[in-house]
Amino acid sequence: MAKQYETVIGLEVHVELATKTKIFCGCSTAFGGAPNTHTCPVCTGMPGSLPVLNKQVVEYAAAVGLATNCSITQYCKFDRKNYFYPDNPQNYQISQLYLPICRNGHVEIETENGKKQVRIHEIHMEEDAGKLIHDEWDDCSLVDFNRSGVPLIEIVSEPDMRSAEEVIAYLEKLRLIIQYLGASDCKLQEGSMRADVNLSVREVGSETFGTRTETKNLNSFKAIARAIENERERQIDLIEDGKAVIQETRRWDDAKEYSYAMRSKEDAQDYRYFPEPDLVPIVISDEWLDTIRNQQPEFRDEKMKRYKEEFDIPEYDISIITASKHMADLFEEAVALGSNPKKVSNWLMVETLRLMKDRSIEAEDLKFSAANLAKLIALTESKTINSSVAKEVFEVMFDENIDPDQYVEAKGLKTVNDEGALRSVIETILTENPQSVADYKAGKVKAIGFLTGQTMKAMKGKADPSEINRILMELLQ
Amino acid sequence: MDITQLTALELGKKIRQREISVREAVLASQKKISEQEDSLHCYITLNTEAALMQADQIQKKIDDKTLTSPLAGVPVAIKDNICTKDILTTCASKILSNFIPPYSAEAYQNLEKQGAILLGKTNMDEFAMGSTTETSAFGVTKNPRDPNRVPGGSSGGSCAAVAADECFYALGSDTGGSIRQPSSFCGVTGIKPTYGTVSRYGLVAYGSSLDQIGPIAKDVTDCAVILEAIASYDPKDSTSVKRDSYDFTAGLVNDVKGLKIGLPNDYFGDGLDSEVKASILAAAKTLEAQGAILEEFDLGLVDYAIPAYYTIASAEASSNLARFDGVKYGYRTDDAEELHHMYKKSRSEGFGPEVKRRIMLGSFVLSSGYYDAYYLKALRTKALIKQAFDNAFDKYDIILGPAAPTTAPKFGELVSDPIKMYLSDIYTISTNLAGLPGISIPCGNDHAGLPIGVQMLAKCFDEKTLIRAAYSFEQTKERR
Ligand SMILES: [Zn+2]
Repeated sequence: MAKQYETVIGLEVHVELATKTKIFCGCSTAFGGAPNTHTCPVCTGMPGSLPVLNKQVVEYAAAVGLATNCSITQYCKFDRKNYFYPDNPQNYQISQLYLPICRNGHVEIETENGKKQVRIHEIHMEEDAGKLIHDEWDDCSLVDFNRSGVPLIEIVSEPDMRSAEEVIAYLEKLRLIIQYLGASDCKLQEGSMRADVNLSVREVGSETFGTRTETKNLNSFKAIARAIENERERQIDLIEDGKAVIQETRRWDDAKEYSYAMRSKEDAQDYRYFPEPDLVPIVISDEWLDTIRNQQPEFRDEKMKRYKEEFDIPEYDISIITASKHMADLFEEAVALGSNPKKVSNWLMVETLRLMKDRSIEAEDLKFSAANLAKLIALTESKTINSSVAKEVFEVMFDENIDPDQYVEAKGLKTVNDEGALRSVIETILTENPQSVADYKAGKVKAIGFLTGQTMKAMKGKADPSEINRILMELLQ
Repeated sequence: MDITQLTALELGKKIRQREISVREAVLASQKKISEQEDSLHCYITLNTEAALMQADQIQKKIDDKTLTSPLAGVPVAIKDNICTKDILTTCASKILSNFIPPYSAEAYQNLEKQGAILLGKTNMDEFAMGSTTETSAFGVTKNPRDPNRVPGGSSGGSCAAVAADECFYALGSDTGGSIRQPSSFCGVTGIKPTYGTVSRYGLVAYGSSLDQIGPIAKDVTDCAVILEAIASYDPKDSTSVKRDSYDFTAGLVNDVKGLKIGLPNDYFGDGLDSEVKASILAAAKTLEAQGAILEEFDLGLVDYAIPAYYTIASAEASSNLARFDGVKYGYRTDDAEELHHMYKKSRSEGFGPEVKRRIMLGSFVLSSGYYDAYYLKALRTKALIKQAFDNAFDKYDIILGPAAPTTAPKFGELVSDPIKMYLSDIYTISTNLAGLPGISIPCGNDHAGLPIGVQMLAKCFDEKTLIRAAYSFEQTKERR
């Protein structure tokens, strides 16, 4: 009988924090600057420059720790991790080894198999590296230090996950918590959230762990799921063939759906960690910790509960809306501006989700503002525009966040309220379509649809359909 | 009158009183430099043209009274490991032979605000690693008192420049005695302030937890005034301390009555030259005659200071010097096949033997499997040494001893034997491990006329008492 294997997975998740400035200098963390424009002597490793810790980084890291049930290390330190690479200007990374800021936490995940706790070993703070750009044309490499010194936290889980499904549930849970905290936008594609997968397999029932590998370069949930499946198979094949799994770091190539070894334990680097002498220990006082605790936002579970009590909208809608902090914010802001919660929910659940799918956009990237959504709803409520015009306007708003009031005005999309004009158009339509009129009178109710359509066409879509219907019925009497 | 023989404050006063113009002062220093530099080699880089332009600008500000500092218009020399914007800063290393910093060190900026004029950047041991200035990649500096002898190190160029009147004062850096020992060898006065007093921002790091910038001058008064000028709380340096007082000149008081001075027996044992010993004891007696109370005591742990120091300093240095890789600035090898080859070749060609020795030593003590046995043990030793000093300062206001076991040795004597060189730091390195302030002031000469310096130490942040003791001692002697 074939042996049964269990997959054992632990995750190292790097999250780029949403601070305005870098972790150890005052340079901007904004994306998109020309190479080496967001730099200074500190983040380019100039001789004699010194790091100064950005307090916001400590606050975000501690906030994530509190939200994931960690204990906070109130006396923590930074250490240097020494290795040579050109994207690392000092040839050491300032990180935390001996006294990380958070330890011993857990989050609860839910999959088809029910609820489960994933323990968090630690969360530590560190700096990001710069970026190497390979110039094929000139056959040289260039370094851009704009990302050098951008703050990161690394969340290290215990090997508590057993499947890709659990891994993704865990990542989604972390992402939601961090997004709700505003500590990061957590975008895998853009690299503001990165997950390295530590995976081993063992026979079901075994108490000891197998030899694990670490897989890097996973840029989407799909890639993570594929890489886990692939690595599980690879390790099982090795074991079945009587070969040993080598402890090594592997790089996933999502296009080829294949991973290859980067370096093995034998030539593993000795990082020569030691306490960073240029920074003083961080003392997080009880008062400071209380302040951070008191600033914790309303997380998803509490929000769902409150929505259920406050708004008359379906539970399913609530779960979708609160699955993104940004969408929940849009919802609450539009409602605060006076829109009907049900209407807001409808726009989010139907048109927004449709366009998100069509444009392959994530909820966190929605461009339109709550104010513009509220304006659009007001335009339909007052019947200034009809529903099909509203959908058109929404689509433009979705893409470009236009102001619907101005747009409707500029494009002349208002419903025509001049009853005399509408009546004369309908009279013309009736004269031009005697057959339809005859059909209707003969009892073919369907004919009314055709006549309404013709009228709307003649009105260039700017008529209120209920008004057309009323006048038609009146004239056909 | 030879202007260059004035102290910094004497010159500053004459400039403010319009007896001497700033330009005259700069020209006098430059004349002295051009007469002597070929034989002494105190400087790596001279700032000749810019200094004269600066002189005229500073003169205007003195004339219209926008600058009234005692150091306004006084020419200064800066050790070449302190960054000076747009001016070559080499750390006496081939690897930084083309490095022009885009910014200035905080301590230097503080001096610029006082109207200091930069004459040039002084020679030193490569990356401050050495005790003789012989490890410089740009040639040795000779001791102005005897050209066959070293000036000491690592701030040898700064101390020699002050001793040879090639500047009115200088800045040095002290990681294990690099201000005090060459001050002793050259017959000048130098202070290593309490760790955290002078910003390290812009000081090219050797041992980050030990490095401090300090003044080197012709007398205690100058040193106190310069220290007051360069010391500041600097938010750019996380180890910078916001002190209660920066009023160092308040210590310029000739009064040691009742001052308790401890003489550590450990500092007067084997290895101390008998002439040096006699001179230091005589200095102690002089203070006693002025009303100080002397007492001998056992400090302890002295034998452990050298291994602890070289473990910690080398560990930090191995990491601090990793950034010199030929990628971003500095020396890059001409021909390299690929990245790691470039790193290896650039660093092999760019660093001198003493720097390589310490990088290897530091890398070794931090490597896995050895970290606990060496680095952690050294940190614990450091804490014990600090404790021993704390205990001593419960009893004494000042600890007095030699700055170095001998007077200046001849070229090659120390640098050829690293262990002997490391041991020569025995009286100065504990100070850095404990973060204490220390001063070296001339107290006599040996039979060959070579200067001897007496070292005094005080508890952390008590430079005022240190300066009072040193100043009082200085008052008992004739001006040179
Ligand atoms: Zn920066």
